[in-house]
Amino acid sequence: MLAFLIRRISQSAVVLLVMSLLVFVGVFYIGNPIDILIAPDATPAEYARAVHELGLDKPLWEQYTIFLKGALHGDFGNSFVYNEPALKVILDRLPATLELAFTAMFIAVIFGIPLGMAAGMNANNWIGRNIMRFSILGFSLPTFWVGLMLIIIFSVQLNLLPSGGRGETVLLLGIPVSFLTLSGLAHLILPATNLALFKTSLAIRLTRAGVQENMQMDYVKFARAKGLSEFRVIGLHVMKNIMIPVITVLGMEFGSLIAFAVVTETIFAWPGMGKLVIDSIGVLDRPIIVAYLLITVTMFIIINLIVDILYSLLDPRVRLGQER
Amino acid sequence: MAENTTQTMPQTPVIQDESLFLQAIKEFFENRVAAVGLVLLVIIVGVALFAPYIAPQNPYDLMSIDIMDGKLAPGSKSFDEATTFWLGTDSQGRDMFSSILYGLRISLGVGVVSTLIALVIGAVIGLWAAYLGGKTDAVIMRIVDLQLSFPAILVALILLAILGKGIDKIILALILVQWAYYARAIRSNVIVERGKEYVEAAKCLGLPQRRIMYMHVLPNCTPELIVISTVKVASAIALEATLSFLGLGMPITQPSLGLLISNGFKYLQSGYYWISFYPGVALLILIVSINLVGDRLRDVLNPRLKR
Repeated sequence: MLAFLIRRISQSAVVLLVMSLLVFVGVFYIGNPIDILIAPDATPAEYARAVHELGLDKPLWEQYTIFLKGALHGDFGNSFVYNEPALKVILDRLPATLELAFTAMFIAVIFGIPLGMAAGMNANNWIGRNIMRFSILGFSLPTFWVGLMLIIIFSVQLNLLPSGGRGETVLLLGIPVSFLTLSGLAHLILPATNLALFKTSLAIRLTRAGVQENMQMDYVKFARAKGLSEFRVIGLHVMKNIMIPVITVLGMEFGSLIAFAVVTETIFAWPGMGKLVIDSIGVLDRPIIVAYLLITVTMFIIINLIVDILYSLLDPRVRLGQER
Repeated sequence: MAENTTQTMPQTPVIQDESLFLQAIKEFFENRVAAVGLVLLVIIVGVALFAPYIAPQNPYDLMSIDIMDGKLAPGSKSFDEATTFWLGTDSQGRDMFSSILYGLRISLGVGVVSTLIALVIGAVIGLWAAYLGGKTDAVIMRIVDLQLSFPAILVALILLAILGKGIDKIILALILVQWAYYARAIRSNVIVERGKEYVEAAKCLGLPQRRIMYMHVLPNCTPELIVISTVKVASAIALEATLSFLGLGMPITQPSLGLLISNGFKYLQSGYYWISFYPGVALLILIVSINLVGDRLRDVLNPRLKR
């Protein structure tokens, strides 16, 4: 276990280092930030001074070490647009993204698991087939397309729900949240549903497969022989056995919700960090782009590591020492 | 004598292959939904290929569009009463139907080209990883696992944030996103195939490794590759549309379906729904029909389901 941890963490460190180098060289070196920062009518002397002050005349590896040192201390430089530290600008928008992602996960669980159970029990009739059709659609339709349809139907045609923004927020433990106000909730429903669709389809598939597998087991036969109602057999006994894998996989997918939030936030103008990075790419706000990419990648590496460890704890058959 | 044997050996499976091929086609059409999907797909590919001949207007020829025709509702006549815009016009007065045909061409082209290149790269890497084994295999598969642990959209986002817009860059991003799937799929297939008797027979004939891998093992992995790549074309098209919608993909001069939808998005709130809606419908039909075909192909070509 310890050897595994050490190896995984050092691997993760290498990946992060390579990523930071790629992103740094890509974003800072290929483009020239000076052209954006300095007035176009600056004299060559002013230009040279600006280059020197920003340290852009140093060799690339030296610039990179300075950047890396800063990044390790949480300093990614100031945003060109907001004129605040890039890390602060991103962290300010993190709660909005997390709220969206958690709500989407909640929707996926409360709709996906019951629908998946229904599909598993009715595998051969129209109920099961229609649920599976829905899940295929949920898998293959692009998120932004569904978001567009939701706006056309619920905001433009029916005029029921707002199409963008976050609505009113209140502070919960010092963090602004919108699900506690009526206007906030109305703003939250469409984007969260949009983001949840893919995960709902996934939950349906996983639950259905689990139900079908477990229905063959002896304990189900025994429970039926005991005369328990079908509802109780499925709702209690089978449910308990399928929950662990379903919840584990959904937990693993949480990171990808944050990545896909980029799309949903852009469509619904949700003020989270996904929309921030898309806007920043549009105006070439380099510190924000670099900070977002590195933070997200770090988050993913940590999530993957936790999932791997949890897996070995939950299922002793998974041996971490030997990967294949 | 030895040469003679090598030439007659593959003969038998080839004949068998053909009857299997016909069988597969027959089986494919047994499912009506999949047949409809295939017909739709053929129509879409047809109109995309022949867009310049079918489209009533060349939407990128500035001479043929008129700003006076901007934002007309579906079915309305043009300013000079000469043409009818069945799917309406966008803010510049371009016929949406023509724009969609040209957009389909770009979306489909980008999806297919990137998938094919990724397929070749992934297949070669996977094949040699399985064949070489040991350290090389471990390192390659570690990279594959690592990449697959990040969602495709994040990988593409990183690449496009660094490289910027452009058709070559988006194809590169789609290749980078996809190659790992093929590498992994073909590696596991090759490991199974390698133990089979025909490979041993080929080895006994003294055929060079390279020939065994490319001429004997690889063809036996093709059904699986066909199935994966069909489904992957659909997801590549969806990803390209998403990235273009976000403004990271295609440049404004080469509008794919995603970019058309994005252009119309601004006008959605003002009630000009058709500028976004019809390209969206085209994208939907394209993706769903590819998925229907891919799903059926998996059932037909999967040997496990047959036995």
